[in-house]
Amino acid sequence: MFKFIAKRLTATVLVVTLVSMSVFLIFAFLPMDPARLTCGKGCSVPVIEANRHRLGLDVPVQVQYGRFIKGLFLGREYGDGAAKIECSAPAFGYSFNKHECVTTLIKSALPVTFSLAIGAFILWLSLGISLGVLAARRQGKWQDRASTVFVLVGISLPTFISGILIYLVALRLNLINPIEAGRWVSPFTNPIGWVKNFYLPWIVLALAFAATYTRFTRSNVIETSSEDYIRTARAKGLSEKVILRKHTLRAALAPIVTIAGLDFAGLLGGAIITEQIFNLPGLGRLSLRAVLIDYDLPVIVSTTILAATFVVVMNLVVDILYAYIDPRVRVG
Amino acid sequence: MKPFLEVKNLSVSFPTQDGLVKASNDISFSVARGETLAVVGESGSGKSVTTLAVMGLHNRNAANISGQAILNLETGPVDTISANPEVVRKLRGKSMAMIFQDPMSALHPYYSIGDQIAEAWGLYNEGSKADGLKRAVEMLDLVGIPGASKRVKEFPHQFSGGMRQRVMIAMALVNNPSLLIADEPTTALDVTVQSQILKLLKDMQEEFNMAVILITHDLGVVAEVADRACVMYAGKIVEQSAIDDIYYMPDHPYTIGLLNSIPRVDQLEGKRLQAIPGQPPSLISLPRGCSFRSRCTYSELVPNNKCATDVPNLDEKISGHFSRCHLTEAQLVKARSSAGGQA
Repeated sequence: MFKFIAKRLTATVLVVTLVSMSVFLIFAFLPMDPARLTCGKGCSVPVIEANRHRLGLDVPVQVQYGRFIKGLFLGREYGDGAAKIECSAPAFGYSFNKHECVTTLIKSALPVTFSLAIGAFILWLSLGISLGVLAARRQGKWQDRASTVFVLVGISLPTFISGILIYLVALRLNLINPIEAGRWVSPFTNPIGWVKNFYLPWIVLALAFAATYTRFTRSNVIETSSEDYIRTARAKGLSEKVILRKHTLRAALAPIVTIAGLDFAGLLGGAIITEQIFNLPGLGRLSLRAVLIDYDLPVIVSTTILAATFVVVMNLVVDILYAYIDPRVRVG
Repeated sequence: MKPFLEVKNLSVSFPTQDGLVKASNDISFSVARGETLAVVGESGSGKSVTTLAVMGLHNRNAANISGQAILNLETGPVDTISANPEVVRKLRGKSMAMIFQDPMSALHPYYSIGDQIAEAWGLYNEGSKADGLKRAVEMLDLVGIPGASKRVKEFPHQFSGGMRQRVMIAMALVNNPSLLIADEPTTALDVTVQSQILKLLKDMQEEFNMAVILITHDLGVVAEVADRACVMYAGKIVEQSAIDDIYYMPDHPYTIGLLNSIPRVDQLEGKRLQAIPGQPPSLISLPRGCSFRSRCTYSELVPNNKCATDVPNLDEKISGHFSRCHLTEAQLVKARSSAGGQA
């Protein structure tokens, strides 16, 4: 098991490095000039060049990448003299649009996105799995049909529709204060305020994801129930409850760990639409604004690398979890 | 003393979209402790369906089951067909146990074999998990798994097919059941391993004084281990007798056909094996008369086309030897000798 983890860990570091390199390259060769965008109309060439130097874009791309990596571990300085700006490690860069270290921007956005993701994740997993199990156990009965309707609605309703609908209904019912909403509340200082802030976007995201999980759980439970080892469990004299909990679900839910981990990682990169609708200052909105409004290159590069890293790291977590669940995977 | 298991007029059918599948029909047999009953027949003849009904393992919503399967327990008889499912569940694993055809898929891939045996033990015994694992090691030792104390922590995929079947047997026997149903326990195994498993079953039977039902489609498997045999065809028992009679005095043309299709060491070289022509009938629409008629070589010997009109009864032709056939004993003697080989 230790060898397995060590092997996967090495692979993960390698993949993250490669991903960061490719992201860096892609944005370096885009036909946009971030230095040109730092000042408005009538910007003179010397000013642009000075800004280019300050941004660190006047050196070859491999040197830029080297500085980026160095900054991640040692922190980074921009400019000199009175205009000197310091970003401490881990420094993702400096946003000249926001006049803020990117790390600071991410630090304020990450808890929002994480709160959004974790709540939605718990909600959709519990909803999807319990509905799926129910549908499988009551195959062909009304519970099964009701879950099919839920699945159809959930899968066919995009979040920008369901999100806006729920937002409007909540406004009507005075469940939401459009001025208060979107202000970050820490779950540690004000747990109720935190839930109040997030429960609507949780529902929106959970609806979209739970449908898939219901379908998946249902078919997996049905398939596993006809396995020979379930018959063996029954022949041993185990009760149906124990068979379901210990034997059927263990096997049926193992593949769900994989997709759940990756879906969660995807959400950590930012739920762009949902954050936008509910005005949540998370990573999704940060990247969206950086791309659409400011062309804020350091932010774009950082959030992209971060999102990719979440996926790669979550992949590792899923692999380890899976090896823990399924002993057949544990190969040296 | 009464036999441990008495099956009386057991019928199982499954309603499907195409009609009612009469998988097993009016089955009666009994097995005593220390005795091995072989249930022989080809795929779809109703062997497994019958025994699964005894174990109460059919989904009662999906199967119509009638008749009785009486376990004569020390506390009194229980009919597993009509008893409350919860009562039957608590007999499973304790009074009656079952092992299955494919040991590759019959063990849970995610749990160590020790866990799985301990789980079965823990159902009917007070004790910690450690006690259960200790018991698992004892059982694994007993069924001949070398290094049991080490291997108890291993997972099913780390065992070979024969070893897995031993694990299954250890798990089935951990609560010292009075009845063991072995559903084609050697079909998925190599020939050499087959005989080891059969010998193990025999040893275990002596050790635990169990009634054993051995389901198989292979008459060769039965000879050494069984005391009596039921031959099933199209959901019915067509012949039932002591095992030697099945081999030396088969009374039903189907049994004769089965025996002729087995290769024999003492057979003349170059002689072809005789297959039974045709296919078994559909269990949804069984033909009138004898189910075996269309494949039977001797049906023209019976006068008045009786095979096509009357369902033969399971008659006791000689003491203890039942057969479901219209042929007279004299005709059968002729049939046996013309089939050749069976002395």
